[in-house]
Amino acid sequence: MNKVLMSGNNIIAEAAIRAGCRFYAGYPITPQNELTEYMAEHMRNVEGGVFVQSESEIAAIHMIIGASATGARVMTSSSSPGISLKQEGISSMAACELPGVIVNIMRGGPGLGNIRPAQGDYFQATRGGGHGDYRTIVYGPATCQELADLTMNAFDLADLYRTPVMILADGMMGQMMEPVVFKKPKPRQYSEKFMLRGAGQGKSKFFRGLILDAIDMEEHNWKLERKYQVIIKKETLHEEYKTEDAELVIVAYGTAARIAKGAIKRLRENGMKVGLFRPITLWPFPELKLRALSKKVKNYLVFELSTGQMLDDVRLALQGYAAIDFHGRPGGVVPTPAELANVIARHYETID
Amino acid sequence: MMLKTIFSGFGGQGVLMMGYSLAHGAMSHGYHVTYLPAYGAEVRGGTANCTVAVADEEITSPVSSEPDNLVVMNSPSLTTFQNKVTHGGIIFLNSSIIDARPSRQDIKVYAVPCGDMAQEVGNIRVANIIMMGAFIKKTGVVPADIYLKSLETIMGSKKKSAAEVNRKAFAAGYDFVKD
Amino acid sequence: MAKKVFGRPESLKETYFHYCPGCGHSIAHRLVAEVIDELGIRGTTIGVPPAGCAVLAYNYFDIDMLEAQHGRGPATATGIKRALPDRIVFSYQGDGDLAAIGMAESFHAANRGENITVIFINNAVYGMTGGQMAPTTMLDQRTTTSPAGRNKILDGYPVKVSEIFSQLQGTTYVERVTVNSPASVNKTKKALKKAFQCQIDGLGFSLVEILSPCPTNWKMTSVASCKWIDEVMSKEFPLGVFKDNIAAVKKPAEAAS
Repeated sequence: MNKVLMSGNNIIAEAAIRAGCRFYAGYPITPQNELTEYMAEHMRNVEGGVFVQSESEIAAIHMIIGASATGARVMTSSSSPGISLKQEGISSMAACELPGVIVNIMRGGPGLGNIRPAQGDYFQATRGGGHGDYRTIVYGPATCQELADLTMNAFDLADLYRTPVMILADGMMGQMMEPVVFKKPKPRQYSEKFMLRGAGQGKSKFFRGLILDAIDMEEHNWKLERKYQVIIKKETLHEEYKTEDAELVIVAYGTAARIAKGAIKRLRENGMKVGLFRPITLWPFPELKLRALSKKVKNYLVFELSTGQMLDDVRLALQGYAAIDFHGRPGGVVPTPAELANVIARHYETID
Repeated sequence: MMLKTIFSGFGGQGVLMMGYSLAHGAMSHGYHVTYLPAYGAEVRGGTANCTVAVADEEITSPVSSEPDNLVVMNSPSLTTFQNKVTHGGIIFLNSSIIDARPSRQDIKVYAVPCGDMAQEVGNIRVANIIMMGAFIKKTGVVPADIYLKSLETIMGSKKKSAAEVNRKAFAAGYDFVKD
Repeated sequence: MAKKVFGRPESLKETYFHYCPGCGHSIAHRLVAEVIDELGIRGTTIGVPPAGCAVLAYNYFDIDMLEAQHGRGPATATGIKRALPDRIVFSYQGDGDLAAIGMAESFHAANRGENITVIFINNAVYGMTGGQMAPTTMLDQRTTTSPAGRNKILDGYPVKVSEIFSQLQGTTYVERVTVNSPASVNKTKKALKKAFQCQIDGLGFSLVEILSPCPTNWKMTSVASCKWIDEVMSKEFPLGVFKDNIAAVKKPAEAAS
């Protein structure tokens, strides 16, 4: 067990290379530049490793599409405005059923926004983001160890379901350092029949998302949907912290969940029964687990570094079974645990 | 135990290195650690700071509400951060270039002329290591030998003579602050 | 027994083109297929069709193909080629695809000197969407979005792709040809063969621009379309080799080996 101290951006890159990623294309944007730089430095030392600094985020996603089609494990990364540019390609990957990992180190938005940590891209990530009927598996890691583990998982799921997978973190996760242990990656299983490597002596193949016949396109949509239903059933992840006796549960993910945990520790010391429900997969959202919790806990406070996006999923999950309140800090503000504890404590006083 | 420290100063003073070396030392000693640097456009103007949390339990937030320790290498940093320090906390300041002193009475202050001392050691660039000597002695976050080993690991391939200078610098800071 | 003198190229599937009568795509497809056959690279070639009239090229070429989004062909081709450097990769693009929405991807793939081949069909109009103005539409040419004719004040000028790309240090071979006569068809085939050979030899980026008739959207007969290429289009877009660095690039490469 070799523990190393690395920044989140570097951890994602290292985990990707260890997981067998051999093609990376990206374009510089703060706060994820260290990831691109790490790939530039380390891909060249890996056999078969390719790094391309693309002319744009659009070009980067289409480069990884090309490489993915050949059977390479591929990744691109960016931050919020750059992820908007990649949506065309992500939609295309979903349509053509091409695996790949996309990293979004979120910053303040909309527009150019700023470079501070924020969670304003939840809708974009979990609702597909690009055009058309599709979903993207989205991981919302909250620790550097999870960045490493979930990055490796992301490659496995991308292959298994032949679909793009997104790591949704933020500027703080990207920049902070924590000790991390890289687990042993699973051996890759990916059939040659999903690779374009030249027809050889055999039959030629093509991959496409253009299906002009409406009935055929409908069938393709339902095929994708059936796949998404399997993912919902099998791949949902979440964490519960001190919910057993909780009167109030905070629902938060990623950086917001860390701050919430710190706040909960403080409140528990003062005898307040507060817990945390933390979705680890943001899509699929752990809807049934949260609904099950509402049998015991009737009060929820959603905390996000946004004006309230995951809030919609919490509402859908709880369906009126419990009271939901919201606290948000958009725009790049990261409150301290003490500040959040005050907010929660005030709310706690008002519940029955 | 949960100890949070903010290191702050000009870019080029080795402020991030101070935080990183502390985090590395604490990790080697078996503690949970987080290291959070300020980044991007805000550090392009020449200021740098980072927050290091060291604990014997899971660290929830890498952000510090009220740091236990503050290490400031220039005057603007003192102005920015002194009022965040927790009641009973410690401020280490680079008295070679900071004339002001905190007005608060509920904290301890160690004024270390690490800039001048570095000149004496023969290399202005080790002022940060001198400050770390004082910091490690007074806070006892990690044992000195563990810290020094981490420092050498981080410096990695650099020359042996550099390691020697670092040891000397660390010892100077360590001895400067009285028991 | 009679000797077979003409047949379907192996690299073309047994099906009919959907292209309009008189369209240059059919000829260009066939020439590309013939060249692939003759170079013996059918099994190692991966093609990237565009968005546009040739979007269904994978229904015709009997080789591995990967669809690209509009304009992104050269980026997609870059990904394929970098992952599989020993495969032959080409991107087939129209004028909107290359010179408008995908200018950045095309320009930078060329500038990086990607060892790929770009086949550029310039027909001065947007074909599939119904005859709108293209970046290569002639001044005063009427289209559905320039009903009074392309106006240089409002719409700018025809983009001269071969001229521009030949200026990039990353390109090795750039030629503009056409397919409006038997002689020009033969010439185009030679250019395509040279471009693919350039790639096979690892000599870098090659681009063949083909002035291609679009009778339907030009609202002309097939014959008039071919004439218009001679009389109008090739005046704005002169035919010829704009860059041939093959010999120059080959020399140091041979010296190195």
